[in-house]
Amino acid sequence: MCTYLTEQIKVAGSGKGADGWFGLTDASVYFDHPVHASAEHSLNIDFLNPGQGPSARVAVELTAASARALARAIEATLASAPADLL
Amino acid sequence: MYDATMAETISIAGHGGEQIEAYYARPLGPGPFGGVVVIHHMPGYDPQTKEIARTFAVNGYNAICPNLYTREAPGASPDDAAAAARAQGGVPDDRLVGDVAGAATFLRSLENSNGKVGTIGYCSGGRQSFLAAVSLPLDAAVDCYGAFVVGTPPEGMPLKVGPIVHLTKNLSCPLLGLFGAEDSHPSPEQVQELEQELKAQGKTYEFHSYEGAGHAFFAVNRPSYRVEAANDGWNRIWDFYGRYLSA
Repeated sequence: MCTYLTEQIKVAGSGKGADGWFGLTDASVYFDHPVHASAEHSLNIDFLNPGQGPSARVAVELTAASARALARAIEATLASAPADLL
Repeated sequence: MYDATMAETISIAGHGGEQIEAYYARPLGPGPFGGVVVIHHMPGYDPQTKEIARTFAVNGYNAICPNLYTREAPGASPDDAAAAARAQGGVPDDRLVGDVAGAATFLRSLENSNGKVGTIGYCSGGRQSFLAAVSLPLDAAVDCYGAFVVGTPPEGMPLKVGPIVHLTKNLSCPLLGLFGAEDSHPSPEQVQELEQELKAQGKTYEFHSYEGAGHAFFAVNRPSYRVEAANDGWNRIWDFYGRYLSA
C-alpha cells in the first residue's frame, strides 16, 4: 500500500548527497514501497534540508529487520559512548 | 500502418492556470485519436510512468502525464520530488482536479483529437482517477488499485485524503477498476463496497480483481509486478478505451 504514514523530526548534523555534504535540518521516516530496494515495503529514511530544495536529500531504504537492527545499533553505540561526550 | 510516435516534456496550464511540467506522448498519424491523462503513482513522475504514456501513444492515443509534484519540486529527480511531496502531505484534491482538467483541455485542443478524453491512475493515482471522474466531464476512467476511494486512512496519517465513495453519484463516465485480490489498500471488501455503490447509482463500470496479485501489479520495476495480472489488465484497458475513447 501507499501508507503515507510519516514520522517527521528535526535533526542537526550533516549528510552527503549527490552534490556533496550539506547541513541537515529534518528527517522523514516511513514504511512504504521502496524506489530501489528489492522489497514490496521497506523502512525508508530521508535526511533532508528543505531550505536547500528537494534534492538536498540522503535516502535509505531498509528491510524491516535491517531497520530494527540499525535502531538497536544506534542505541547501543550511544549507550557505550562516554557520557561526557554526549 | 504508419506507426511513428513522439514523446517529450512540455508545460501545460494546470490548476489555477499555473504552468506545470507534463510528459506528452502521441502518435504522429492524422488521427483522430482519443486522449488519455496518465496519473502517476505516489512514487512520482518516474521513467516507468513515462513508459506507460508512450505505450498509450503506440496504441493510438494522445497521452499526457502531468507532473503532480511540479510545484513542490521543480526540476528535482522523481524520487526526491516524491519525498518532498510526501513530507508536505501530498497532493491536495482540488489541485489534482485542476491539473487533470488542464491536461484534459490540452488533449481536447489537439488537432488530431477526437474530442474524447479518459483518465488512468495507479496507486494514489487510482483514487485520483476516480476523483477526476466524479469532478470533471470525462469519457472513461480507469482506477488501478487506488486506495481510500472507500475507507478512512489510518489514524495519524498526515495526508489530507479521505474517502470519496459518496461522490459516486457524480461519476461522469464508465469506470474500469483493476485490483489485486491480495491488496489490503484497497482491500477486496473496499472494492466490493465501491462496486455496490456504483450499482446503486446505476453507473456503468467493469471491475477485475486478480488472484495472486497485490498492490502495484503493473509496476514493472518492482517486486510487486505480476505479469499475468498486468498482461490481462492491459488487455482490459485496450478493450475499455476502445469502446469509450476511440472515434
